[in-house]
Amino acid sequence: MTTQHNDSLLRFMTCGSVDDGKSTLIGRLLFDTKSILADTLTQMDRTSKKRGLEVVDLSLLTDGLQAEREQGITIDVAYRYFSTGTRKYIIADAPGHEQYTRNMVTAASTANLAIILIDARKGVLTQTRRHSFLAHLVGIPHIVVAINKMDLVDFDQATFEKIKADYLNFAEQIGLQRAGRDIQVVPLSALTGDMLVDRGDAMDWYQGPTMLEILESAPAGHSEQNEPFRFPVQFVCRPHASDDKDLHDFRGFMGRVESGKIAVGDAVTVLPNGYTSKVKAIQLGDEQLQSAITEQSVTLLLEDEIDTSRGDMIVKSDQAPEPVKQISGMVCWLSETPLSTARTYIIRHTTRESKAKVGAIEYKVDVNTLEQLEAQGLAMNDIAKINFKLAQPLMVDSYSKNRATGAFIVIDESTNNTVGAGMII
Amino acid sequence: MMTTANKTTLSHLDWLEAEAIHILREVAGQCSNPVLLFSGGKDSLCILRLAEKAFRPGRFPFPLMHIDTGHNYKEVIEFRDQRAAELGERLIVRSVEDSMKRGTVVLKSEDESRNKHQSVTLLEAIEEFGFDCCIGGARRDEEKARAKERIMSFRDEFGQWDPKNQRPELWNLYNARSHKGENIRAFPISNWTEMDVWQYIEREKLALPSIYFAHQRDVVMRAGSIVPVNVPLASGEVINQPKTGEEVINMQVRFRTVGDITCTAPVISDADTISKIVLETATTTITERGATRLDDQTSDASMEQRKKEGYF
Ligand SMILES: Nc1nc2c(ncn2[C@@H]2O[C@H](COP(=O)(O)OP(=O)(O)OP(=O)(O)O)[C@@H](O)[C@H]2O)c(=O)[nH]1
Ligand SMILES: [Mg+2]
Repeated sequence: MTTQHNDSLLRFMTCGSVDDGKSTLIGRLLFDTKSILADTLTQMDRTSKKRGLEVVDLSLLTDGLQAEREQGITIDVAYRYFSTGTRKYIIADAPGHEQYTRNMVTAASTANLAIILIDARKGVLTQTRRHSFLAHLVGIPHIVVAINKMDLVDFDQATFEKIKADYLNFAEQIGLQRAGRDIQVVPLSALTGDMLVDRGDAMDWYQGPTMLEILESAPAGHSEQNEPFRFPVQFVCRPHASDDKDLHDFRGFMGRVESGKIAVGDAVTVLPNGYTSKVKAIQLGDEQLQSAITEQSVTLLLEDEIDTSRGDMIVKSDQAPEPVKQISGMVCWLSETPLSTARTYIIRHTTRESKAKVGAIEYKVDVNTLEQLEAQGLAMNDIAKINFKLAQPLMVDSYSKNRATGAFIVIDESTNNTVGAGMII
Repeated sequence: MMTTANKTTLSHLDWLEAEAIHILREVAGQCSNPVLLFSGGKDSLCILRLAEKAFRPGRFPFPLMHIDTGHNYKEVIEFRDQRAAELGERLIVRSVEDSMKRGTVVLKSEDESRNKHQSVTLLEAIEEFGFDCCIGGARRDEEKARAKERIMSFRDEFGQWDPKNQRPELWNLYNARSHKGENIRAFPISNWTEMDVWQYIEREKLALPSIYFAHQRDVVMRAGSIVPVNVPLASGEVINQPKTGEEVINMQVRFRTVGDITCTAPVISDADTISKIVLETATTTITERGATRLDDQTSDASMEQRKKEGYF
């Protein structure tokens, strides 16, 4: 038998307010696509019975921590995997509680599609808005809105249409709905499974695709493919001490193509120093490649001997960004310890780190009203526009163009914790 | 070296491979003294191949280390040594038996499984060598607590995982920083499923210890599981004697996962090639650990508990 390896991969997440049914939706999706194996189901059944439930609680599939099971809530992201034959999926189930927003942001940062759930009885809530705003900020390319628990509103079309109109109105305000991005809205019941994998017969008034149909047809491609070539150096390979004399002068720059593509012979510049050379060879293990594309991890060899180390960035000479010592970005604060404008932080951008100080907090966003408020400091879950002064130059692009070179994290040196997530404007 | 045609898109295996190589290189770039945990099992053999792709023609920027319970299949231990030698990389072995001699591991009874006590030996080895990062082959699809763990998972100075307070992990900007005494567990194949592992082994034509393939073995049925009996160790000792009244059956089986003999069970199978294993994996109705791990069946939260205590 030959195995097919050319199936595509889609990473998606669920988000929305507390108890809207995110975990149940994933459980149901996996159950209905027959992706839950017998022993896992038996275990979930046993746990459900112990809790006095009559049917299996499908949220147990992702709520794997003791504390989550005890409280019936999601605390941190759970990753699940399934495949339909046409496509492989990596699912991230994010928590709805405001307290765990940072975990939602963790899930969002790698997702290509977000399912935003809304409880049909409750409509659009503050946390729905917060998560939508974050999904927008983090630039998740595809958004699907699931109006869930339709069984609890008698599968009523008017209820669905009203919430849909409310949501699309809000989406337009924050710029989530824009030209070229179509937000799909699906009525469903995660509990009964209607419109998830099967259409069911309770909502004949809905003509659109089921949730699974949307997932199966969502483009998985990366827009970074068309962006300028960016290759942050992760590691330099110099096996000069090796017994093999041929390797004496070997100098390989190891990293991942974060955007664009590169081919042997291309003229490149190494930043921030600005040395120029040409690509002599591209290697992956013992394979010689003629070219490499976005997301490929490779080793680049250059024609000239250039002093290059981790943190440098190789770019095409005609697409080189200007290294900067000041950046401005939207920052989501993730730490219980508030941001201090007096302190020095570390900013990690691609493979490069720099000490950084807050220049100014331009404004803070009220996620309910979208108003820009004045702010002296930032507390956990705040989102603000901040300017940083940097000790080292960084090679940045705007996040809206390039997720990989537009993103940075803020690290607190005393605890080593990741305390902020930033997106360059 | 072979020359490969240009790619225009990455298949899912290519993508998983590229992600894992990126993670390994981040460990090498960020940590000053990492180590790769290598057991001879299929997941860690995939990681070895990934490390070759990540670092050749250089040497690995970390040694390999195995925490040996002393109750590992002889075929796996031989394979472990052979593979390390072929690669020309340094292999460190630390054994639970040494911890027992030191008195840091105390078994409740002679026949208690040593599996969970690996944590103690691991933490001792981390301290002995001053490792700031351990690279492991755990996958999120294996178990529900693992499904929650970050790719770079922070452990405090007691090796403890705090699942309710994990570091945010954004994009592919991994934060592997730690203070002295603390450490990071890095999991490059977090996003791989059992199927991905087998497909990768097939694609890369990786060699495996023989017990992954169908073979004849003496077993008994104990509490619904197939338990191997009369297993010879490398030392010549034979462990897992059948209990009185148990009927020894000779069956054709293979292992889906190889670990400590006292807590890993085989499955009935006639798959004697990788492609047959891939087929069986596609149609199985039981999860890898569900079928094979006797240690996870004790309670709903055994893995989470072990991880909190410093387990991989
Ligand atoms: N009737 C009905 N109940 C549902 C539906 N979906 C979920 N529920 C119930 O709603 C409750 C909360 O579901 P979860 O899936 O845990 O919610 P969640 O959004 O994951 O919650 P957090 O992750 O803690 O924010 C559970 O009791 C579910 O059984 C639905 O479609 N219909
Ligand atoms: Mg949940």
